[in-house]
Amino acid sequence: MLLSVNDLAVDYGAIRALHCVSFEVNEGEIVTLVGANGAGKSTTLRAISGLLKPSSGEIAFEGRRIGGIAGHQVVKLGIAHVPEGRQPFAYLTVRENLLLGAYNRPQAESGAAMERVFKSFPRLKERLGQTAGTLSGGELQMLAMGRGLMARPKLLMLDEPSMGLSPILVREIFDIIREINRQGTAILLVEQNAFMALQVAQRAYVLETGRVVLAGPAAELLRDPKVKAAYLGE
Amino acid sequence: MSAKQGRAGVIALLTALVAFTAVEALILAGALNLYWQQIICLAGIVTISALGLNLIYGYTGQFSLGHAAFYGIGAYTAALVTRSIGGRSPVGLLLGLAAGALLAGLTALLIGLPILRLKSDYLGIATLGFGIIVKVLLDNSDAVIPAMGGSRGMSAIPKLTSFVWVFPLALLAVVVLRNIVYSGIGRALKSVREDELAAEAVGIDSTRYKTLGFVIGCMFAGVAGGLYAHLFTFLHPSNFDFLKSIDVLLVVVLGGLGSISGTIVAAVAWTFLLEGLRIVLPPAVQDWRWVIYPLLLIIFMLVRPGGIFAGTEFRFLRPRK
Ligand SMILES: Nc1ncnc2c1ncn2[C@@H]1O[C@H](COP(=O)(O)OP(=O)(O)O)[C@@H](O)[C@H]1O
Ligand SMILES: [Mg+2]
Repeated sequence: MLLSVNDLAVDYGAIRALHCVSFEVNEGEIVTLVGANGAGKSTTLRAISGLLKPSSGEIAFEGRRIGGIAGHQVVKLGIAHVPEGRQPFAYLTVRENLLLGAYNRPQAESGAAMERVFKSFPRLKERLGQTAGTLSGGELQMLAMGRGLMARPKLLMLDEPSMGLSPILVREIFDIIREINRQGTAILLVEQNAFMALQVAQRAYVLETGRVVLAGPAAELLRDPKVKAAYLGE
Repeated sequence: MSAKQGRAGVIALLTALVAFTAVEALILAGALNLYWQQIICLAGIVTISALGLNLIYGYTGQFSLGHAAFYGIGAYTAALVTRSIGGRSPVGLLLGLAAGALLAGLTALLIGLPILRLKSDYLGIATLGFGIIVKVLLDNSDAVIPAMGGSRGMSAIPKLTSFVWVFPLALLAVVVLRNIVYSGIGRALKSVREDELAAEAVGIDSTRYKTLGFVIGCMFAGVAGGLYAHLFTFLHPSNFDFLKSIDVLLVVVLGGLGSISGTIVAAVAWTFLLEGLRIVLPPAVQDWRWVIYPLLLIIFMLVRPGGIFAGTEFRFLRPRK
């Protein structure tokens, strides 16, 4: 097992955002957390990547407990977090953004890592010298994912990669997610767009107000009447 | 490095050498009196100090209101060193500058470490408080170290600073800063400025880099302070108060945050402008300085929010492709 989360609880000050979240991701899998706005999906990812401190519960990566260690150290272990809203470094160039993604890797590797990113995102190659703030929404998402891949993670965590993108771009991004996964990277995908997420993932967890309320193979959840009613708009 | 880049670098160095020789020749020929020599040296000193603050605020995004305090630490430390060594040897000045930079850097480390761990921007408040404390300590320094003179000021500092020292050191400051900001370290510093959490998310220890930028920037101030002490040979606590910190801040903001070229131009222009105004304007009008500065700043922020250089650089300072 690559990642396992047990009874995770996270508070923002006096507000408890996650109550008792448990799930796991195995090597080579795409797992998705779906749920409405405010369900606690982003909070879960932030706790895993060390940007938030868990109040209780356990997070283990490759059998090692990582709950509460600093964000910059989590990356070294092989977890890359592509945050919600894409957050590129707007005033830095595409190239600088990508190189920052490989911050903890030997410098000699960065050229090859960049070439690999260009295979998935050829458009980034044309934009290398441009500042990230001038990119379109789709390109920003590509840059954010490319930056995550530069760290050569074992687990790539994507927070709402489809947000605000046109249907064509969403399909393109999800194809790329599949391709990244085929090359051996496990993916933890967080989405409000449950329909797309459930199609690309093998397993899924449904989050509601900070709790896992449903879990199973993605294909099954796609047929589940409750899921259909609540998340697929049918 | 592209041929164009390399050529720009060589031309820049040659230009610097020619400028240096020309000014030094004028000084040796007696064409520039002591007063103007001092102003020229001061311009270089302000440049070094402002480059340090640009590293802290412009490149790392940490707002500091206490730059003059580190400048003061460098000044008094260097003066104490040369005075205790005695004589007028250049080695003494070098030792003094090194000691000033070191103590300024060390103090920055002690202040920075606890504060820069926090993700929010408390550095501004902390450095403001620190500046006030340093001023009070300097005012009463004679109680512990009589040579520092307390509120009477410290005098009898050997006059060791000259253009021959200031120019190469300012040049060195430019080269050092340029090599920092275009290295992997510089990239990390800038990422922290842009978004600290995102920097953490790509694996950057933001506390470490904020502290690094702050310490190096304060060391620049320490060197500048040491040069200042041996230029005017007299130090007074009022030379290092809060308003002096604002002066440097203005230079950095007007020149352009994150622009070395801007800092150089603004520091030199600023120094000469102040002196020019002092000559031209009657003393009564000079009290309006503190109305004119903020106005100038507001106008600049409206018309050209990025400062004179708005994040760009002279070609010879730009990164190699
Ligand atoms: N910075 C914050 N401060 C306080 N509460 C927050 C913060 N971020 C999120 N929350 C709250 O935590 C809950 C979960 O939010 P989040 O994880 O962003 O949900 P999702 O990503 O599923 O939309 C929500 O109730 C939200 O209002
Ligand atoms: Mg979210």
